[in-house]
Amino acid sequence: MRLFVCIKQVPDTETKIKLTSDNSGIEESGIKWVMNPYDEFAVEEALKLKESQGQGQVIVVSVGPKARVVDSLRTALAMGADEAIVIDAPGPLDSHLAAQAMAAAIRKEGPFDMIFTGRQAIDGNASATGQILAELLEIPHATVVSKFNYMGESCVVEREVEGGSKEVIELKGPAVITANKGLNSPRYASLPGIMKAKKKPLKELDLESLGLNSEQIKTFFKEFKMPPEKPPVLMISGEAAQQAQELAQRLSEEAKVF
Amino acid sequence: MAKVFVFCEFSGDNLKKGSLELLTAVKKAGQDLVTGALGPGSDQLQKVLGFYGSSTHYCNTSEDLGNYNSETYCHLVTQMIKESGASVVLSSSSLLGRDLFPRVAARLDTGVISDCTELNLDGENIQVRRPLYSGKCSAAVEFKNSPFPIVLMRPNQLPVETPTESSDRAPELRPLEKSETPLRTLIKEVVQGTSEKLDLTEANIIVSGGRGMGGPENFKVLEELAAALGATVGASRAVVDAGWVPHNMQVGQTGKTVAPTLYIACGISGAIQHLAGMSGSKVIVAINKDPEAPIFQKATYGVVGDVFEVVPKLTEEFKKILA
Repeated sequence: MRLFVCIKQVPDTETKIKLTSDNSGIEESGIKWVMNPYDEFAVEEALKLKESQGQGQVIVVSVGPKARVVDSLRTALAMGADEAIVIDAPGPLDSHLAAQAMAAAIRKEGPFDMIFTGRQAIDGNASATGQILAELLEIPHATVVSKFNYMGESCVVEREVEGGSKEVIELKGPAVITANKGLNSPRYASLPGIMKAKKKPLKELDLESLGLNSEQIKTFFKEFKMPPEKPPVLMISGEAAQQAQELAQRLSEEAKVF
Repeated sequence: MAKVFVFCEFSGDNLKKGSLELLTAVKKAGQDLVTGALGPGSDQLQKVLGFYGSSTHYCNTSEDLGNYNSETYCHLVTQMIKESGASVVLSSSSLLGRDLFPRVAARLDTGVISDCTELNLDGENIQVRRPLYSGKCSAAVEFKNSPFPIVLMRPNQLPVETPTESSDRAPELRPLEKSETPLRTLIKEVVQGTSEKLDLTEANIIVSGGRGMGGPENFKVLEELAAALGATVGASRAVVDAGWVPHNMQVGQTGKTVAPTLYIACGISGAIQHLAGMSGSKVIVAINKDPEAPIFQKATYGVVGDVFEVVPKLTEEFKKILA
């Protein structure tokens, strides 16, 4: 059984974002990079599936500037993945090109049984790469998955739909599953795991070797802006009853929210 | 731009607010409009769509399209867009829109951008902007290699012009055929949520509770406030992880990103992961007994006090105002 997991490296939530002087992007120096939290659920689910089947390989794939992206791949290897593939792409990327690159790398590797990734990456929040990947590989997808059951020829998943409703879907054959929180509790990389990860295979590819280049992106971010300064908070004092009355009045007359 | 295609979501006879916002934007900009919708009743929207100026409405009323299926929807929506000859495609950045349109975009080999908060349809080319890094900054989007950009707008960002009865212009109806290809995606079951309320990502008002609520039983106080306001109840990660409320109520990183008109945070201290999911709200109210809570730095109005005293009184005040 061959399972692929697509991961992205993103700035840690706690990281302060600063813009470059020409507002063409963010200042990358000083950023702490981590594996996208939703991708941790994807790695965990692939590891669990391999364990439940008693055999198989978990191969993690990532695309981006090689020098830093390998750190997140090493984290996945330390969690228990067997192999990693880094696709070096120092230039601009978008969901489409990232999916194209990973689809090409996966195809090159041969047959696969299931592909996992996070429901979205917390930097751009596009929630697009998984679905695009599925379309390019001509297989079905299910997003925002909180339960996954492998049945051999198919899988049955539970996913969140609107208003707290849930949907149970069966997907036939290999599919792309995008993981939501609640799917599992990702394991931590143990010290022996970290030591072992150093010896695991890490294959290096680049966009050009897959017949792609950064000119092929379809969306490009420009004219970055920081959010407007919020006016300072207006504190409402007094007894609870007075506070409630003043707040309701201000919301209705001053903020005009109704 | 020549022609704008708006994919409409609806429930019963009513178009969802996110869709109405997009229809209003196209009407205001005076652009040519074509529309599409799927499921039973998707052919019953003409009066409203006529008001916004839709010239052609694509639909399929099959019973089995009542529940979203990525495979059948992708097939039909791709067909609609191709036949319409649209130069721009708009949809709401709802759970459905975000699942469907990346796949549609890949099939049509065009660019897609979700979660946009600013939209300008006035000029030759569509202009959009979206938040990045959990709203810590935003960027304008340039489309490249995209024959017709697909733009998904966050709900509650644009005004809605309410349709008047006087419109007698109805779009021409174009029913589409479903594909006969056997499906690899089968919907087995839809478990309806307990709440009839709008999803957090679409709600115009959200009342959210954190650890300061003391326990799951106390969320009743928030339910009552939400009922008075027609709001949806959300929660912080701490209380979801503690098992007080289900994960679909979580606002913030690894939860939902929301941008309502009014967000009332009750007993939420305001961890950066929570702020990441709600700082785009227009008006933020923080009620917390700790005056040092970081949530107050993001708030428009702050109340230092006991949630169990303030919230029930607030419910009473709103009942009076909204009566």
